[in-house]
Amino acid sequence: MGVHAMRAGVLAGGLLLPAWSMADWTLNMTPGVTGTSNEIFSLHMTILWICVAIGVVVFGVMFWSILAHRKSEGHKPAHFHENTAVEVAWTIIPFVILVIMAIPATATLVDMYDTEESDIDIKITGYQWKWRYDYINDDFGFFSNMATSQDEIYNRAAKSEHYLLEVDNPLVIPVGKKVRFLVTANDVIHSWWVPAFGVKKDAIPGFINETWTRVDEPGIYRGQCTELCGRDHGFMPVVVKAVPQAEYDAWVQGQLAAAELERQLTEKEWTLEELIERGERVYATACAACHQANGAGIPPTFPALKGSPVVIEDLPAHLDIVVNGVSGTAMQAFGPQLSEADLAAVITYERNAWGNNTGEMVTPKQVFDYKNQQ
Amino acid sequence: MSAVIDTHAGEHHHGPAKGITRWLFTTNHKDIGTMYLVFSFAMFLFGGSMAMVIRAELFQPGLQIVDPEFFNQMTTMHGLIMVFGAVMPAFVGLANWMLPMMVGAPDMALPRMNNWSFWLLPCAFLILASTLFMSGGAPNFGWTFYAPLSTTYGPPSTTFFIFAVHIMGISSIMGAINVIATILNLRAPGMTLMKMPLFVWTWLITAFLLIAVMPVLAGVVTMMLMDINFGTSFFDASGGGDPVLFQHVFWFFGHPEVYIMILPAFGAVSHIIPAFSRKPLFGYASMVYAVGAIALLSFVVWAHHMFTVGIPIAGQLFFMYATMLIAVPTGVKVFNWVATMFRGALTFEAPMLFAVAFVILFTIGGFSGLMLAIAPADFQYHDTYFVVAHFHYVLVPGAIFGIFASAYFWLPKWTGHMYDEALAKTHFWLSFIGMNLAFFPMHFLGLAGMPRRIPDYALQFADFNMVSSIGAFMFGATQLLFLLIVVKCIRGGEQAPAKPWEGAEGLEWTLPSPPPYHSFQTPPEVK
Repeated sequence: MGVHAMRAGVLAGGLLLPAWSMADWTLNMTPGVTGTSNEIFSLHMTILWICVAIGVVVFGVMFWSILAHRKSEGHKPAHFHENTAVEVAWTIIPFVILVIMAIPATATLVDMYDTEESDIDIKITGYQWKWRYDYINDDFGFFSNMATSQDEIYNRAAKSEHYLLEVDNPLVIPVGKKVRFLVTANDVIHSWWVPAFGVKKDAIPGFINETWTRVDEPGIYRGQCTELCGRDHGFMPVVVKAVPQAEYDAWVQGQLAAAELERQLTEKEWTLEELIERGERVYATACAACHQANGAGIPPTFPALKGSPVVIEDLPAHLDIVVNGVSGTAMQAFGPQLSEADLAAVITYERNAWGNNTGEMVTPKQVFDYKNQQ
Repeated sequence: MSAVIDTHAGEHHHGPAKGITRWLFTTNHKDIGTMYLVFSFAMFLFGGSMAMVIRAELFQPGLQIVDPEFFNQMTTMHGLIMVFGAVMPAFVGLANWMLPMMVGAPDMALPRMNNWSFWLLPCAFLILASTLFMSGGAPNFGWTFYAPLSTTYGPPSTTFFIFAVHIMGISSIMGAINVIATILNLRAPGMTLMKMPLFVWTWLITAFLLIAVMPVLAGVVTMMLMDINFGTSFFDASGGGDPVLFQHVFWFFGHPEVYIMILPAFGAVSHIIPAFSRKPLFGYASMVYAVGAIALLSFVVWAHHMFTVGIPIAGQLFFMYATMLIAVPTGVKVFNWVATMFRGALTFEAPMLFAVAFVILFTIGGFSGLMLAIAPADFQYHDTYFVVAHFHYVLVPGAIFGIFASAYFWLPKWTGHMYDEALAKTHFWLSFIGMNLAFFPMHFLGLAGMPRRIPDYALQFADFNMVSSIGAFMFGATQLLFLLIVVKCIRGGEQAPAKPWEGAEGLEWTLPSPPPYHSFQTPPEVK
């Protein structure tokens, strides 16, 4: 018994310790790395100190009364109950303080709304539960999924330094350039936030919101979705990598080449094993959050794929649901989100995993034809 | 005075019915008030236990206890139950008990409607609670139920939630009509509007707010109902609708709703502080005007909940200025309370402890509110734990401490017995420490960048979350002590005189404790 208790203790301690050693007792907002975030920080500190000053005066008088004007100290109550001069003063003075506060706040706000004359435009789209970044000027784009493993989340593995705040493909921007973000969403409302930039904008389906940033220091900046967007709202981080212009240009070239390579995958001859292997990876990022890694889903909201008639038998229906989604439910249309190769791979994987041993294979070419005949 | 004693003597053949029918069919303001208060406390424990689940999951990083899906159901139901089930009915309960006694009336003006507006509530909450057991689970889209998460993407139980909100709304509107009818028609001769006790004033204004905004809430949930079940597209962009419209309509209800939950507490505290300071309330007239100003401003500030949705800059500036303006009348109230205490003869029985804590902690909530009003800064605060800290500071030590202060203040009047002062003070100090431990660290978490409504968080937030959870467990457990104190007080204790508090003023203290079944059968004269 004692041994078991000790082992449990060591295990719990081992899982907990990294959390404690990496945690910190940060009390305040940080100034951030952009002009906007610095202006916000200074507004924040100004209003905070104004509040502290008012608090010291008001609570000072109150505590003085609490300590000195006690009945137990033999204090006799006064009988005054109004004083016009005092009442007018404590109406006017706060009003003046507010006007003084409103002036810098207005200036900052005007600045934040000035999205003119940008150097680069990036479209940000919120999906349940990932971000998509489209580089409008260069005609390429990609999804950005959380990279933290389920084992870390469910305490089966030690948590890494950037637990929940790491992604597979970060947004890359050049330093010193005005980057305009066009923010929208595909399903529900999300909100794109990077605290170090002082940028937070709601991503709303059917709307395109504008915001901008200019980052001066190269680095990796992390944020999260800040509008409740369903089950995995806490698991869609934002990671932005700010790099020097030369490095950015090289990265863009790399992305363009990779996009071309991706297009060629549709033409390639695939084997069942290759498709299943690729499909397993696609499934983990695109499907597992709802339908679960074991295909059991969370019925009734997220149906099981394991043993499902659509997945084992009806291939056309399977294709239709994955490509076009199911309207009125959380099932998205993955046709526009994934490449033909990825769509074919994930469908093939679903039809051959968890005991769904159909042995059937869907090729990227078939998916391509299916999309075109619609 | 003699008229009161006569009524008391003549009331024997006209008392309450026996058994369960007394409660089912009662039209008596005290019985209905008691039922409201008991119901509200039950909901407080129900919603509170959900908060315990939330804090238990957030005790450490990682997912330990509940699935994220259930976590979202807990945050949603906790908010809905606390707002509509705990705080609002508690104030209606206080209004039922106290308004007739304060204005010198025998009962509320519309007693049968009073019975109905209470009995609708358990029905509404039975429907809402039953969604926890439905397939697909309870509402999981936050108490603000933003579309399209709550419409296209909502669970099947959403329709039940909509009907529950409709029923609560009907109950609230009827309660508000009753309050207005009572105050405007049943005041004792000589009680002009500017002689009304402040609790009566604040409730009168609250009732008008309720009548103005509850139909708006009913409207927004009805639009949801249409979107979900009848193919309309009010909030669905793909059908030509507008998801942001939802937020405008919701917050047009939602912001006045915030004041509905705090104004009656302002009123109660304005009785308690003078009573235990043994000194008249400072600035009665300015208190009344301040409440009126807050109520009017509450209709033109709703979009400060929506600074990040992308409204035009002109709108942004208007809502920022209007919101900052609310600090002026709110400041006046705080200054008046402090000036009332200044040079009084203070004692600190439980009602006063809760009232003083109310003033201090509500003011802290007001400060963070002022910070949130600064639109550019709000871009950083919005939807983080800073907001969670802010609204818990105005609702827990604001609304809920206000309710506890009122309960201890009037318990001797209601039951005819004094409550156990030592236990009540213990209840206060444990609540005070637990509450601050639970909610103060949330300011730091929000400023460090932790979003709200997440079941798991990055490692740098671990320490303060653990502190916050410990505080929350402490606060939660302490509330069972309140139950014990009240039960003990009802069953016995030192006999309470008609006016148990030396400095208390008002007609309710001219009645014996406990008061006769029909409070004032002959109207008292107010000079």
